[in-house]
Amino acid sequence: MNQPFPISALGINAVDVDIRNVDLSYGANHVLKGINLHIRPGEFFAFLGPSGCGKTTLLRLIAGFNQADGGEVLVGGRDVSQLPPWKRDVGMVFQSYALWPHMTVRRNVAFGLEERKVPKAEIDKRVAAALELVGLAHLADRRPSQLSGGQQQRVAVARTIAIEPKVLLLDEPLSNLDAKMRVQVRRELRDLQQRLGLTTIFVTHDQEEANTICDRIAVMNDGIVQQVGTPMELYEKPANLFVANFLGTANILPGRVIREGGERFFDIEGGVRLPIPAHVVVPEGAKLVFRPQHASLGKNGTRDVSLPGTVVHSEFLGSTLRYGVRIGTAEISIDTPFHSGETLYEPGSPVEIGLSLRSALWLAS
Amino acid sequence: MAGATTAGRTHAPSASSKYFKKLSAKPGQIALALGIAVFLILFLVVPVGTVIYVAFTEKGTGEFTLVNFLDFAQTDLFIRSFWNSFYVSAMSVVVASVFALPLAYITTRFEFRGAMLIQTLGFLPLIMPPFVGAVAMLLLFGRNGTVNLFLDDWFGFKIPFMEGLNGVIFVQAVHYFPFILINLSAALRNIDRAMEEAAQNLGSSGFRLFRRIVFPLAMPGYIAGASLVFVKVFDDLATPLLLNVKDMLAPQAYLRVTSIGIADPMGYVISVVLICMSILAMWISAQAMRGKDYATVQRGGGGLAKRQMRPWESAIAYGAVLLILLLVLAPHIGLLLLSFATIWSFSPLPDAYTLAHYSRVFGESFVYVKNTMVYASIAGVIDVVLGTAIAYLVLRTKLIGREWLDWAATAALAIPGVVLGIGYLRTFYGVQLPDGTPLAALWIMIVLALAIRRLPYALRACYAALQQISVSLEEAAENLGATKVRTVRRIMLPLMAGGILAGFVTSFATAAVELSATLMLVQSNADAPLAYGLYVFMQSPAGRGPGAALGVIAVLLVALCTFASHLIIEKSQKAKAAGH
Repeated sequence: MNQPFPISALGINAVDVDIRNVDLSYGANHVLKGINLHIRPGEFFAFLGPSGCGKTTLLRLIAGFNQADGGEVLVGGRDVSQLPPWKRDVGMVFQSYALWPHMTVRRNVAFGLEERKVPKAEIDKRVAAALELVGLAHLADRRPSQLSGGQQQRVAVARTIAIEPKVLLLDEPLSNLDAKMRVQVRRELRDLQQRLGLTTIFVTHDQEEANTICDRIAVMNDGIVQQVGTPMELYEKPANLFVANFLGTANILPGRVIREGGERFFDIEGGVRLPIPAHVVVPEGAKLVFRPQHASLGKNGTRDVSLPGTVVHSEFLGSTLRYGVRIGTAEISIDTPFHSGETLYEPGSPVEIGLSLRSALWLAS
Repeated sequence: MAGATTAGRTHAPSASSKYFKKLSAKPGQIALALGIAVFLILFLVVPVGTVIYVAFTEKGTGEFTLVNFLDFAQTDLFIRSFWNSFYVSAMSVVVASVFALPLAYITTRFEFRGAMLIQTLGFLPLIMPPFVGAVAMLLLFGRNGTVNLFLDDWFGFKIPFMEGLNGVIFVQAVHYFPFILINLSAALRNIDRAMEEAAQNLGSSGFRLFRRIVFPLAMPGYIAGASLVFVKVFDDLATPLLLNVKDMLAPQAYLRVTSIGIADPMGYVISVVLICMSILAMWISAQAMRGKDYATVQRGGGGLAKRQMRPWESAIAYGAVLLILLLVLAPHIGLLLLSFATIWSFSPLPDAYTLAHYSRVFGESFVYVKNTMVYASIAGVIDVVLGTAIAYLVLRTKLIGREWLDWAATAALAIPGVVLGIGYLRTFYGVQLPDGTPLAALWIMIVLALAIRRLPYALRACYAALQQISVSLEEAAENLGATKVRTVRRIMLPLMAGGILAGFVTSFATAAVELSATLMLVQSNADAPLAYGLYVFMQSPAGRGPGAALGVIAVLLVALCTFASHLIIEKSQKAKAAGH
């Protein structure tokens, strides 16, 4: 973790966020089911999951726009669960930015400070500092409608940072930007967060966004935190099939474990069998999970096992070729590096599939 | 060199044909545009121009002069009338706001069972012209009306609701407050919830949040509604006349022209003042709206956060809503009672009830209803034909000057009905048919005046209908071999049908109760429309019963049409939604 250093005019101290047993239902719809999370001081943390998984609901709950049915949220050790949104000091950047069209950029940024009855001189200083920080000091007297999407987003960030929040909440802040801006803005956000050392929670459904800027990610589905970890941990050691599937491409082969003469085998549905190494623990009802780059086509010495398959289709992705290959009744993806002049496997051709069992996982759910 | 020349030659024709295509249009389109232009010039520009011309010229010589305006400024009656009109309009806005604000706030901010009811009942006053309700209001709220009789009995005092200008203000406010309600509610509903949440997130709450965020965001909608009310009240002729208030501008213009004569310049001067005031109000409204498209609802957003009311809040809310709705419905209830009443004077309720008024109306006075149906239908047809044609020319062709048609048609908004009536009278009285009848005496003039008055509204409906049709639908038809004319007939008109029909019904319904433009143009009872008949009946105490019966019929007629247009719009929207 980078050591946070304060920006002179903006006194920001990193605090932790503790979410304990948070439960929330809308009628019969159980949206959050016993959420427990600890977000460390100064951490850039992501709630990642498909739409409807409860990530935005959880974020809005931290901001105070939703009331939990049970559990509490502690910000810097203080229970904020019973506080209204305007007393929480958690700054939120809205997906739509929610800049007020009847105020200039400067007035927008000054708003929170005015509401806190901060002295005029102090307001001017902090507004200037916040706008300087996002590089928009020269546009202070414009109206939001006169700014580009990226600029509006930065005003929204400046407006939130100006109140020196304890925590910064970002609700899909990149979703209203075009693809190119998205890459630039996410670097800026990361850079800003590093300089401020501000504990930040970022909601997204895009694994690439979460991977590139966050220290740790909580993957959510169905109102439950599936796994918490660094992007690499989640990719390499997914705790379950959902996480494996949601982060990157995963090949999932269903089958049965068979014991024959003290040895274990995995019978893939459709009649293909592979040996299970002695030290590996295979949970009950597990499926075999591996990434496309952990398998190869043709004879390959570095792979542990080889299986028979049939090429179904191929996609050219630039640096790699992705083959769709049928094993038994399942279809898997295999990535091979692309070299010019290489002979391609035609659809329908039988192939030998090399698989690194060391990199593969056995996941039950 | 040779290559260059060849290239130049091959390019020349294509460049010129492109140029040609840009500037020209199909002969049919040009003819259509010219036809519309002639119509608008003849029946809008010339009459209004005549009014302005007369106001600025010396009587007899035709020389330019400002003497008429000087006369206006030096006549106490006119100055008093001007300030009275101004005062009544401004106070009507204030009182209408008092009715509209709580209703708009309650229905948009809270989970409120009555919300739908309010939004629907709020439209009720619009389907009855204010002067129809005026007499009923006199009976309910007048010096010896129901309310004051009770007040006097119970508490020993009376409230002068209907005395002098108060009466006009009260009737107008009750009648026109839905304009503010509708605009303000729409503005409030269009505020994205995130706007409010962002403010809460930054530490704002309660009344400060309302004052700093919600209210400024809803302001343009409020001003739009308020300026509309101001203009409508300023221009209204029949309500003050029926309440026997003569020292206001619109009644003065009418009285000058009808009692002193169409040669007297003062009626025209007042007309110019009326036009200026309505342009001024529209300008203020446009300024308020400019650059403030505050409709901030984003996808997935959806209006301000609504919350449940606490029991005591709910009690207050229901109380306020009930009181306002009673007020709003008062003219309707009063009218209905009056239409069945034998005698209703100095008593809270009528002495006895009878059906005689209805039988009289359906007997001798049915000609009014028939005339209205005919006039309003023709006016409606003219409006949608013109509206569709103008919308088509503006949105789908490159004809030079096509925007002028739009501007001219829309400019009718700024022309008060009484001014248009005076203009028609002046312009077409001198023009005579071979048998010596002046054009202004023909009933078709009433129809044309109605059509011009309602054209801006029908035009907007047609615009909206056409804008919803993607150009690619037409291009697909042309690509498959349909000519322009056949594309219009087979693709666009069927797709626009719902919108056009809605435009027709709106024109029809509002034309059916219009009086200020037509009051001056009616030459004989046989040619008179319903609103005129109502006006004549309502002027004598004996005529009130039949007048009320006629009013009830008018209200039912317009209500049916409004309901029909609502159904049509909803159905076409559903059909469109299903198509996507």
